[in-house]
Amino acid sequence: MEQFNEILNTFFFILLPYLSIFTFFLVSIYRYKKEKFGYSSLSSQFLENKQHFWGLVPFHYGIILILTAHLFWFLFPGTVLVWNNVPLRLYIMEISALLFGLLTIIGLINIFIRRFSDKKVKTVTSPFDWITLIILTTQVVSGLYVAFFFRYGSSWFATSMTPYLLSVLKFSPDLSYINAMPFMVKFHIVNAFTIVLLFPFTRLVHALVLPLPYIIRKFQIVRWNWDRKKTRNAENKSV
Amino acid sequence: MDIRSQISMVFHLDKCIGCHTCSIACKNIWTDRKGTEYMWWNNVETKPGTGFPTRWEDQEKYKGGWEENKGKLRLKSTDKLKSFTNIFHNPNMPSMDDYYEPWTYDYKALFNPKGSDDQPTAKPISMVSGEYIDIKAGPNWDDDLSGSSVYAKNDINLENLTDEQRDQMFAIERLVMFYFPRICNHCLNPACVASCPSGAMYKRGEDGIVLIDQKRCRAWRSCVSACPYKKTYFNWKSGKSEKCILCFPRVETGQAPACFHSCVGRIRYLGVLLYDAEKIEETASLPEDQIVQAQRDMILDPFDKNVIAEAKKNGIADSTIEAAQNSPVYDFVKKWGIALPPHVEYRTLPMLFYVPPLLPVMSAQDGKQVKNVNEDFFPDFDKARLPIKYLANMFSGGDEKFVRYALEKQSAIRAYRRAVTVGDIDIKDAERALIKADSSKEEAEAIYQAVSLSTFNERFVIPASHREQAIEMYEDPLKHKQETGFGFNEEPKRGL
Repeated sequence: MEQFNEILNTFFFILLPYLSIFTFFLVSIYRYKKEKFGYSSLSSQFLENKQHFWGLVPFHYGIILILTAHLFWFLFPGTVLVWNNVPLRLYIMEISALLFGLLTIIGLINIFIRRFSDKKVKTVTSPFDWITLIILTTQVVSGLYVAFFFRYGSSWFATSMTPYLLSVLKFSPDLSYINAMPFMVKFHIVNAFTIVLLFPFTRLVHALVLPLPYIIRKFQIVRWNWDRKKTRNAENKSV
Repeated sequence: MDIRSQISMVFHLDKCIGCHTCSIACKNIWTDRKGTEYMWWNNVETKPGTGFPTRWEDQEKYKGGWEENKGKLRLKSTDKLKSFTNIFHNPNMPSMDDYYEPWTYDYKALFNPKGSDDQPTAKPISMVSGEYIDIKAGPNWDDDLSGSSVYAKNDINLENLTDEQRDQMFAIERLVMFYFPRICNHCLNPACVASCPSGAMYKRGEDGIVLIDQKRCRAWRSCVSACPYKKTYFNWKSGKSEKCILCFPRVETGQAPACFHSCVGRIRYLGVLLYDAEKIEETASLPEDQIVQAQRDMILDPFDKNVIAEAKKNGIADSTIEAAQNSPVYDFVKKWGIALPPHVEYRTLPMLFYVPPLLPVMSAQDGKQVKNVNEDFFPDFDKARLPIKYLANMFSGGDEKFVRYALEKQSAIRAYRRAVTVGDIDIKDAERALIKADSSKEEAEAIYQAVSLSTFNERFVIPASHREQAIEMYEDPLKHKQETGFGFNEEPKRGL
């Protein structure tokens, strides 16, 4: 039994992370290079404009904030621990994280309802969209469960999750932190890597092409197909 | 000076018979694919009417175009920050309900009906969901003022009209209308391009055609709200925006765009305009009533030696300069001043100009007699069935001066030609009218020629485009020998 557990652990917490990260980069880059046309957020707002707001807005704000929180816990474990030393600050951190999670799940529920109830939106929903939705919902639900029953996540994330993730990134995975985790936490981790694995195959890739350059861009864009000054020059024999 | 060339258009509204041939020509070539059925890159509207999509001119609702704030231009629908906070849900975007749900009919039901006392019917089927639907609207259901109590009465351009003027328009037996064909205006200051967060939209340097890079569009949808003319459309199937491309593959090979080529009334003119690109922002930020004139001033005289020299310095080909000299658009807009841009108050500097229609202005009913014109042969604008204010709202930012000028000139020319061919008007009176309308005999003949007699090649003056050279600068065709091709060789398939 112990051996079996070890095999499972090796598969889910060593093999899967590397497989996911490798696939993520390989497929994202391949699709960007070769199938650029498919890189789109595939918005369905045009087909249904009202429920769209109540699904997409809470979901996106929720998931962005909660992911940022995770990233912060991972990058600055020391800072997080110092912050959490004062109970009030710990409660602020935990409650706001829980609220972001709830915001995300409310959004996801509305997205489900919308995709089921509107005929037009249903026709543009692919099997991949359903898989994406289900796996995201599973992730948020398990996350909420962990947040509620295994307090206080922001603190033990810093002491247990950060070292594990770092060990993976350093190519010397250390499972000692994982072994002590309750099942739901393990599930949350495995599901997270599954999302990373499926990410490049779904519409989620639109998060990789956020139009950030727009902030500093000039309003108007003019594209020239050739160098106008050079073309007129008769001595330039190549044209 | 930064001289650029722009393929521009003139539509002569008096000649439009509202046959929709242009729309069909366009549809057959470009928008009969899945996801584009509802798009009409070219459409013909009846004015007064609410247009397509419904009430597209209502910028309180759709927030299209630019607004000026302390001399600075900004997009009405979005700004740099807002385009990120609104990226998940665009609050001003029209949905399919504002256009119409495209449909076909269940024709099979006609071939194998069960025996019955009634005729079999083919029920409408949605081309989106494939299910039976109740059709509620079509792209031109307000054609010829049908349902005018729903459509025409809600026309945005009726704003600022007095109740008396409105009654005048809608009184029975005095109902008035004209057709308003629309394509993308290929603006000099396009709001769609400015709003695109991905930088997928661009204006082609060589000819000013505004296009969407299908590989860079990520369906952020800003362009759909930002274009005040609602001429960018969202393809719900491919997840990309699409718009009128002015048939650039045809234009590049010297052919007129399909809607131009097929126009039955020969209302359309296409030609090159040379303009000073440095003045774009300045012109677009001017007070509303100055934009028509300022945009005209941006357009440069292609015969001017200075302009030619500067144009050459800027890499504009001799063939393009020659086309600019023969451009019918230059004549209509600049030389004769009878073609006006639609809704200048949106500040996008549209490069499609309209000759305002004389017909609905001309006849006013006076008792039992239909009176056309006053003693100078000018329409009596105050008694006209179509208030001139209405035309001014559409074509000159509310300023009646430009519309009046264009209409007076046209009516003087009619009187003059009537004197010449029919002879029931004294030629002296007609010539006097011409002078009053700031015209001359020579100009009258030229306009008459352009409007009534011009041939295909006079209406469409398209320069050779030299893109055959351009392709060789970034791709060597010989390298791709025995391959399937180069350029956009990816299947335009919806992403996963």
